[in-house]
Amino acid sequence: MTKSPRLPRVYSLASKSDLPYTLAGNPRLDTWIQFLPGDRVEIRSGKVELGQGIATAIAQIAADELDLDLSRIAMLPTDTSVSPDEGSTTGSRSIQEGGMAMRQACARIRAIFLASASRQMGVDIVSLSVEDGVIRSASSNETLSYWELAASVDLTVSAEDVTATPKQIAALTRVGQSVPRTDLTPKLSHGGFIQDIDLPGMLHGRVVRPPSFRATLLSIDSAAVAASPGIRAVVHNGNFIGVVAEREEQAIVAMQALRESCQWSEIDDLPDMADLKHFLRHADADVEVLRGDEGPSRAAEHSVEAAYSRPFIAHASLAPSCALAWWREDRLDIWSHSQAIFALRDEIADVLEMQHDKVTLRHAPGAGCYGHNGSDDAALDAALLAEAVKGSPVRLQWMRDDEFGWEPFGPAMLVEIKGGVQASGDVAVWDQHIWGNRHIARPGRLESPALLAAWHMDKGYAEPAAVDMPLSMGGGGQRNAVPYYDFTGVSVVNHALNEMPLRTSALRALGAHLNIFAIESFMDELATAAGLDPVEFRLRQLQDQRSRAVIEAVADMSGWGTPPAGEGRGKGIAFARYKNVSTFAAVVAEVEVAETVKVLKVHAAVDCGRLINPDGALNQCEGGIVQAVSWTLKEQVTFDRRTITSRGWDTYPILRFSEVPEVEVKLIDRPDEEPLGVGEGMTGPTSAAIGNAIFNAMGLRVRDLPFTSENITRAME
Amino acid sequence: MQKFNLTVNGAPREVEAGKNNALLYVLRNELGMKGVRYGCGIGECGACSVILDGERIFSCDTPIWAAEGKSIVTIEGMAEGDRLHPLQEAFLREQAAQCGYCINGIMVTAKALLDKTPEATDEQILEALDRNLCRCGAHVRIIRAIRSAAEAMRSEART
Repeated sequence: MTKSPRLPRVYSLASKSDLPYTLAGNPRLDTWIQFLPGDRVEIRSGKVELGQGIATAIAQIAADELDLDLSRIAMLPTDTSVSPDEGSTTGSRSIQEGGMAMRQACARIRAIFLASASRQMGVDIVSLSVEDGVIRSASSNETLSYWELAASVDLTVSAEDVTATPKQIAALTRVGQSVPRTDLTPKLSHGGFIQDIDLPGMLHGRVVRPPSFRATLLSIDSAAVAASPGIRAVVHNGNFIGVVAEREEQAIVAMQALRESCQWSEIDDLPDMADLKHFLRHADADVEVLRGDEGPSRAAEHSVEAAYSRPFIAHASLAPSCALAWWREDRLDIWSHSQAIFALRDEIADVLEMQHDKVTLRHAPGAGCYGHNGSDDAALDAALLAEAVKGSPVRLQWMRDDEFGWEPFGPAMLVEIKGGVQASGDVAVWDQHIWGNRHIARPGRLESPALLAAWHMDKGYAEPAAVDMPLSMGGGGQRNAVPYYDFTGVSVVNHALNEMPLRTSALRALGAHLNIFAIESFMDELATAAGLDPVEFRLRQLQDQRSRAVIEAVADMSGWGTPPAGEGRGKGIAFARYKNVSTFAAVVAEVEVAETVKVLKVHAAVDCGRLINPDGALNQCEGGIVQAVSWTLKEQVTFDRRTITSRGWDTYPILRFSEVPEVEVKLIDRPDEEPLGVGEGMTGPTSAAIGNAIFNAMGLRVRDLPFTSENITRAME
Repeated sequence: MQKFNLTVNGAPREVEAGKNNALLYVLRNELGMKGVRYGCGIGECGACSVILDGERIFSCDTPIWAAEGKSIVTIEGMAEGDRLHPLQEAFLREQAAQCGYCINGIMVTAKALLDKTPEATDEQILEALDRNLCRCGAHVRIIRAIRSAAEAMRSEART
C-alpha cells in the first residue's frame, strides 16, 4: 500500500507557468508588495520567520530588485487574509521558493513603475534610473518616487501579464551582504514572540493531556475546579480537556487539579526501547526500491557489512508551543507559530466545520523551529478553549512536559549496508536497506486532520499515519538514502513502517540525518578496509567539482594531514550533498575520547550557491552543526511500554555551553549558481564526522546514536 | 491574593498575587516584562533568569513572597533610556542569536557575572552559563558576544 501525501495547493499551478511556482500560484502583484504612506514598503511573503533570518534575506532581495533602502522595507508576518499562499516554510527551500518568487514579483513591479514614470514625464524609459525608490530621468533630471506614482499604477495585474528581467547578479548590492537581522532588536530587549502577545481582556488556557498516547478517559471531576476563583471555563470534549482562567497561574493550578481528578484507561503498546532495532526491522512495512543498478556484479577484494541506527529525537524547542485564539461573532482569529499557515487554517476550519474564510490565521514567531513541532496542535487547542469563552481572546501555552510528551518526534531509523571495494580502491558493490517511520505528518498533507486535539475530541478523527514525499520532491525517510558518489553496483531499498506507535513527523533534515550518517560512516569503513585515507577515498569516487571543492577546502582548513595532538584524540571527515540536489557540505570533527566523548572542534566547508546573506548562512550552518553535535552525543527520547518518560531537560539532556566545540565554517560563494538552503545540510555530515573521529581516536566503530557511554560500551562488546 | 512590594528595574511596584505564584508570571503578566521568558517552569533552562538583589535567579521557580521588598533587574532594565546595554549591543553586533528566545536569560546571567567579575575568564563565563540552555546552537556567537561586551564594559569603566 502506497501512502501518497496531499500536496500543498500552490504546487498544482507550477506546471502551467515559467514563473517560480509560488508566484504562479499567487500572480497578483499587489499580493507581494504594498506601498505605504511615509515612503515605506511592506513585503508580503508566505514564508515565515522561524529565527532563521528569512525575513531579512527576502527583504534584501526585494531591496535590490526595487532599488530601495533596506530600512524602508518591513515584512508582514504571514496572514491568511492577505499574504500569498506559498505552502509551508520547510525543507530549507525558503530562499529558493519565496526568495525567488519575491525577486520576480519585484522586478515586474519596478518595470510597471518605470513605464508609468516614462509616460508621466514624457521621456524614454531607458533614460530612467531608480535610487532608493526615486525614479530620475537622465534627460530632464525630473524625479518621481514610487509613492508619488503609487496611486496611478495598477499592481492588481497578474505577474503573467508583465514582462521583466530581474537584475544581473553582478548588479546586486544588498544581496550578498551580511545585513543584520531585522527581527532581533525587539526580541533582545523586551518582547516579539508569540508568547509575548497581550490582547485586551486576554484569558489564559492550559490543556490536560492524556497520560499516554492511546489513553481514554474513564472519569473526570471538574466541579471543584470550575467553582474556583478566576476560572472562566472547563472544556471537556471526549479525551480533550482544558481550562480557561483569568490569570495564567490560575490556569496552571486548575490544570494540575483537573489532571489529578481524571481516571484513564491505558494500554501498553510501545516498542521495547532497549531493542528498537528489532522493532524497526520487524514492523509491517512498505518496501520500495530506490535504486537498483543493472549489470554484472563486480568482484570486491574487501567486503564490509554494518548497521547504523538512531533513536527517536525531540525538537525540544526552548519555548513550549503557544497560540492565541479569539472568537468574534462567527469569525475566528488565530495567532500561531506554525510553518504551514494556510494548511493549518484550512484544517482547523474543517475540524470546527467552518468555512475556511471565516478563520484568519496569522503567523507570530515562536522559539527555534526545527521541523513539525507542537505549534499546529496548540492552535487547535486554543481555538477549542476560546470557543468556550466567545468574545474573549485566549492565550494557550503548553507546559514543558506537554511539549516533550506530545510533540511529533524525528523517527528512529536503521540503515544496513553491505559493500565491497576493489584492490584499486574503487567501490564495487553497495547494497543498502533502510527502515523507519515516515517523516511527514503536517497539516494539509494527510487524509485526516494532523492535529492532536482532533484525535482526542468526541468527534474522534483517526490519527493519520505519517507520509513521505516522493524522492523527486525531497522524500522523507528516503532523503539522501542513495549515495551521491559516482560508483555503480548500487542497490538501495526503503522499508517504510506502517506501524507508528510513537507520534513522528518532520525534524530537521528528515531521513537525511541517519542516511548520511550511515553512508559516510560506511565510506570510512570501506576506506579502512582498502587501506586508503578517508579524504583520498572519497575524492576517488567523486568527479563533481563542487563536491570535491568542499572536501578539499575542509581538509585544508582542518589540517587533515596532521594527526591531532593528545591522548584519545582523533579526526574524522564526512561529506554530503543535501537531498543530493542542494547544498554541498564537508565536515571535519576533532574529538577526545575519555570517559565520555568530547567534540573539540568542527570545521565545515559549505557551498550553498549564491550567498544572499553570508552571515545569516554562517549562523545557520553553525547552529546546524552544534545541534547535530547535541543529537550525536546525547539525545534520545525515552519511553517505557506505555508512555514517554523523557519529559524535561533532566531526562532529555542537550548540549551545554561547557560542551560546545569550537566551530569554524567556510562558505564557498558561487555567485553564478542558484542559492540553496543551509538550514538542514549540516546534520548528517556532522554526526558522521564525529563517528569517524571516534574511530580514528580509538579504532572503535560506534554505529548506534547517540554516542553515550552506554552505546560506546556496547560497541566494544 | 495579597499585595507585594518590590523594586523592578529601579521603580517601586505593588502587585497583587497568590503567595506562592511564581515571580515569572507576576513579572510577565502583571508588570508587562515580556522579555522574561518561560522555558520549562522548573529551573532547568535559564530562559526566565532575572537578577534578585545582585544574584541571578530563575523566576519560574521563585515564589513571589521570596521577592517581597527586594530589587529585581530584568532584561527590560538593562538599557539606559534609548541606549542599549553593552551586552545587548554586543549580541546584536555579533548577531549572536538564532531564534533569540534563550538570549535574554543569557544576557541577564552574563550581566550578573560581569557586574561582579568584570575580568571574567572564558572558564568563568562558561561556568556561569552552564544552567542556560540554547537549542538553536548559537553558543559560539554567544560566547564571542559576552567577551566583546565585557571588553566594552571594562573600557567604559576606565573612561
